Amino acid sequence: MLRMLKERLEAGASAEEEVSALFSKINKSRLNAYNVLSEEAALERAREYDRSPWGGLLAGVPIAIKSSISTKGIETNCSSRILTGYIPPYDATVIERLKEEGAIIIGKTNMDEFAMGTSTETSCFGPTKNPWDADRVPGGSSGGSAAAVAAGEAPCALGSDTGGSIRCPASFCGIVGLKPTYGLVSRYGLVSYANSLEQIGPLTLSVEDAALVLDVIAGHDPRDSTSARSEGGYFARIEGGVDGLTLGVPQEYFGEGVDPLVEKAVWDAISKLEGLGASWKKVSLPHTRYALAAYYIIAMSEASSNLARFDGLRYGLRLGADQDWHTTFSDIRAAGFGPEVKRRILLGTYALSAGYYGRYYLKALKVRTLIKQDFERALSAGGADLLVTPTMPFPAFRIGERIEDPLSLYMADVFTVPINLAGVPAISVPCGFADGLPIGLQIIGRHFDEAAVLRAAKAYEGATPYHEAVPKEVV
Amino acid sequence: MAEKDVIIGLEVHVQLNKLNSKLFCGCSTDYHDSPPNTHTCPVCLGLPGTLPVVNKRAVEYAIRVALALNCAIQGETLFYRKNYYYPDLPKAFQITQYDFPLGLGGSILIKGEDGEERRIRITRVHMEEDPGRLVHAGTIDRAKYSMVDYNRCGMALLEVVTEPDLRSPKEARSFLDKLRNILEYLDVFDGNLEGAMRIDSNISLVGGERAEVKNISSHKGVEKALAYEITRQRSARRRGVAQVQETRHYDELRGITVTIRTKEEAHDYRYFPEPDLVPMRIADWVPRVEAKLPELPDAKRERFVAEYGIADDHAKSLTSEIRVANFYEVVAERAPPRLAAAWIADVLKGELNYRDVTIERFSPDQMVVILDLIEGGKITEKGAVEVIRTILDGPGETTEADPAAIVATKGLSRVEDDAVMAAVRAAVEESSQAVADYRAGNEKAINFIVGVVMKKTRGRADPGEANRLVREALEGAGRA
Repeated sequence: MLRMLKERLEAGASAEEEVSALFSKINKSRLNAYNVLSEEAALERAREYDRSPWGGLLAGVPIAIKSSISTKGIETNCSSRILTGYIPPYDATVIERLKEEGAIIIGKTNMDEFAMGTSTETSCFGPTKNPWDADRVPGGSSGGSAAAVAAGEAPCALGSDTGGSIRCPASFCGIVGLKPTYGLVSRYGLVSYANSLEQIGPLTLSVEDAALVLDVIAGHDPRDSTSARSEGGYFARIEGGVDGLTLGVPQEYFGEGVDPLVEKAVWDAISKLEGLGASWKKVSLPHTRYALAAYYIIAMSEASSNLARFDGLRYGLRLGADQDWHTTFSDIRAAGFGPEVKRRILLGTYALSAGYYGRYYLKALKVRTLIKQDFERALSAGGADLLVTPTMPFPAFRIGERIEDPLSLYMADVFTVPINLAGVPAISVPCGFADGLPIGLQIIGRHFDEAAVLRAAKAYEGATPYHEAVPKEVV
Repeated sequence: MAEKDVIIGLEVHVQLNKLNSKLFCGCSTDYHDSPPNTHTCPVCLGLPGTLPVVNKRAVEYAIRVALALNCAIQGETLFYRKNYYYPDLPKAFQITQYDFPLGLGGSILIKGEDGEERRIRITRVHMEEDPGRLVHAGTIDRAKYSMVDYNRCGMALLEVVTEPDLRSPKEARSFLDKLRNILEYLDVFDGNLEGAMRIDSNISLVGGERAEVKNISSHKGVEKALAYEITRQRSARRRGVAQVQETRHYDELRGITVTIRTKEEAHDYRYFPEPDLVPMRIADWVPRVEAKLPELPDAKRERFVAEYGIADDHAKSLTSEIRVANFYEVVAERAPPRLAAAWIADVLKGELNYRDVTIERFSPDQMVVILDLIEGGKITEKGAVEVIRTILDGPGETTEADPAAIVATKGLSRVEDDAVMAAVRAAVEESSQAVADYRAGNEKAINFIVGVVMKKTRGRADPGEANRLVREALEGAGRA
């Protein structure tokens, strides 16, 4: 865990040894968690640290970065053929902040192509494997980040969450994943999939670690117009428990479609929290059933526009003979994008096109407003302080099991996407196992109330052993 | 000439090129003399992950323009994405305004064909980013390859859209001249920079289909293209050829318009609100911007007439460019305003236009000295024009040139009265035949004598003056 690693480093352990131990693990691994390694640069940075250690919240700490977050000088390919070879000339704001606090970037993690997926199977580098069972998916789209952290191939990682892409793999891999409030963490440098929904957040082995990384990456950024001011100090406020808090249990998040083992684990977690002093009550989020449809229309529409810039003219994939520009553009796009990305671009283009905009996109925005109001109502003063739900309706499925059935994959996001539509913060923490596969508990808070979310998650973690379990691929 | 059945509307793209930075990033806007792609950054190149941040000063400038064009400023304004592919558009969408543009429903006064003042309505004024620029290796249709220069990418543009209120190519040009004039007064725009103003014009005959002539970069070009279109559309109608709604390109070299696409190929731009930019509340800015609005051309013209007592035509000419107006005001402080108005509006502006140079090539000090010399009778009007030309044709820092020194070296000073008188007396004495002819009633014979005077003074005498003196001498002698 981050904190232990920091203590070791502060006590004089060699950063170079820590980093090279990580790389020997990564290089032997068959999980395919990374698609680009920055071994040389990371080791050099670690040696510099050993020569004269610097300060900072993450001084000397190695970190893995999802491949959709721009890193100056390190290929950032979004696991897409069309961006292979693209090396950004600038750092994302979160990367600048990590570096300012002394962190060492070890590589870029595998993901669903352009963050489109729930299983990390749409990567052009092939699927990442779940450390608990290599035949299963790690979840997506930040599956590489989650698998790396779960398998000890990185002490912490950054992911991005558009409709559950941090929480889903955290849940499937048995680790902690936090999606902050929309606007809390700068998106500058995050290769956009669906701008109005996505947030960068940490994937870690403990809630404390998540708070620590959040302290580093949160805060206003003048380069992102949607960026908010942050009160910060999450790590410092993590103790305090759940005594006196009211937990809301949304009735729409239980029942049909949910694995009974998952449901049981979540109810057990609710009882555990009750035992820690919280009370709970049933609440309703009545527009939940429209969330998936609205989410996919908004996300695909934005994606169709965001991904139009990839044409091979300035960077990325280049084919042999150039013809007139439209033929060249379409050839490159045909060869560079995978099937899921093409599907979403086409659907998004359709949803935004003249005559359909009002029927689909505008309607989806209206649904989004209703969903946001659902959450505001459920989390209003006098209502619940936090909501508690399963993160995913089932544990990790087998590689290949659902990839041919996009709709069933989209359905898997049913408990995570409403949170992105509402823009509220949510965390997934391990809350048990189903046939040896991790189950995630989702704790949802009010806008910018990360402190309460983290406090409850920390209290729960402290009272349960699930986060200490080690996946079998690692043993 | 104004034609009742001609309907013209304009869409004018104006670069806010007096800003220091682009619309959504901090890149410098001073790119005109720079190598390609040297004024770019990850944001204006649309690199993956970059986000736009609105340049507040650009919004302020846009509000300034919208107010000057008498638009209603919207309390809240919003950016949209206009999606289309083109190699000069690195994000494959342009950030622009769609619903909720900055300004709605303005107007500009122009002088119509009949000399009457006409109010041309403005539909809307909105902000958008400029794309880059393609440089073709050869002509657009035959180039083997094209190069892209992104220096212009992300420059702040204003689009000014008129109602179809214009009735002739000349009116369209008057509108553009007036618009440019106002923009320069607002200090947000330098019309002399390449690509500063680019115009799409819509033209139709009553009852006919509309043609859009795209992307013309000069006011003269717009006038010519529209004149061509009127002829073309009329002749098509006469021949009974069906017109289609289409987009045309103005070929400046050949002076004709050619079709580029018909309506069936019209784009679907899939506009939607730009998710990376939050709506802007600008209602609170407006009073602040309004308080700082400068005097505009129409107001200045009225003031010049009232304050300096000059003719309306002179006032109009002097205020048609802010820099000329400012020049005039400096000169009028130190010289007779009416004399100054005539010399600047009628003479200096003509010489500047002829040489295609701006007023910066001349200094108010120089003008004051010249007017002084004219007033004191030290030089003739012809001599004064010669001084102005000499200054403008001079090399280097022409504003340093001293008019008095030019008068001396070029021998332009009006010769002393007694020297002229002596020459007149000598000429009369020498030209007995001409004197006789004149006395016999041949009026033209006087020209010969004046010619002799000019010769004797080596051209320094004023011909009119010499004529008067010769006449006096002859009549005096006759009476004696």
